[in-house]
Amino acid sequence: MKAVINRAHPLWLAHVLHRLSGLALALFLPLHFWVLSLALTDPARLDGFLALTDQTVVKLAEYGLVFLLAVHMFGGLRVMAMEFLPWTAPQKTLAAMASALSFLIATLFFLQAL
Amino acid sequence: MSMSTLAVTIERSAGGQTTFKVPAHDNQTVLDVVSWVQQNADPTLSYRFACRVGMCGSCAMMVNGVPRWTCRTHISKVLEGNAVTIGPLRNLPIIKDLAVDMDPFFDKWVAAEGVHHGALTRNDPIADIDESSAARVTANAGIECINCSVCYAACDTVTGNDAYLGPAALQRAWTLLNDAKDEGRVAILDAVSGVGGCHNCHSMGSCTHLCPNDLDPMTAIAGLKRETAKTVWKRGR
Repeated sequence: MKAVINRAHPLWLAHVLHRLSGLALALFLPLHFWVLSLALTDPARLDGFLALTDQTVVKLAEYGLVFLLAVHMFGGLRVMAMEFLPWTAPQKTLAAMASALSFLIATLFFLQAL
Repeated sequence: MSMSTLAVTIERSAGGQTTFKVPAHDNQTVLDVVSWVQQNADPTLSYRFACRVGMCGSCAMMVNGVPRWTCRTHISKVLEGNAVTIGPLRNLPIIKDLAVDMDPFFDKWVAAEGVHHGALTRNDPIADIDESSAARVTANAGIECINCSVCYAACDTVTGNDAYLGPAALQRAWTLLNDAKDEGRVAILDAVSGVGGCHNCHSMGSCTHLCPNDLDPMTAIAGLKRETAKTVWKRGR
């Protein structure tokens, strides 16, 4: 824990968040594809599984999943912008704010559509 | 123990740690504290310093697990209660107590082509340099490095990869690449695009965060990443 506190500056935390979300998604994806494959191999079992997704716990887990995807995507865009665009620091802050804002608006739109 | 006494724990190469009671003063750097221990409590304590004013880059140590230039770090900034733990710089072999072997750090400096690649002789006129040109501004941003190795000790990528050249050496390479007087472009790009080169960097930014001279090795390394990538896309140099 002390090792984390010693390094707790925004860039390092962003790196760790990106890395951990990537690992979590890597663990999730095989499971995800397996469930999708049930549509072909065992539709009845898939329906049973989909019924589970109405539970609050699963909805919360889905929220976590969307968070992981979002944080990993923007983490990746952040790294590419930081390393491949010779921008100044304020420009990067503006770009990050613009991305965050557009993501927020898109999410609100998505939730409205549900 | 009252607040007028500091509990200074020093990591020793013989194994284990020793805690010393050191008198507290209003104006006291971490290096002052280490010197007090060596001069008054334990003359066998080994450590390294020279200028005491933040120019020579020889006194860096881990202070509460964070690499710092000890001569310019006030003890009040790092005390936890009245305690502080001081250890040898990370990522470098320990010679004894707080003195580390800086050879790997300087060897990598040279391995990253951090040497002058001149094309002129002493008989040539001195080249004119436009101080306001973009390349010169970029080069100037990195020239105040004092080789203290704080960034090297801060870097988790160095910890995980012995071959990685590290922030200081790569920043030097970037500085030389942008220096109109340096003719080593091909050699530098070769050196920094190899196994231990700039593409190992994960942009964790601890180098930039902790550089005592407020330099920005992470951005310099990003510059090297762009230049080496461009070189690949151009197919041949």
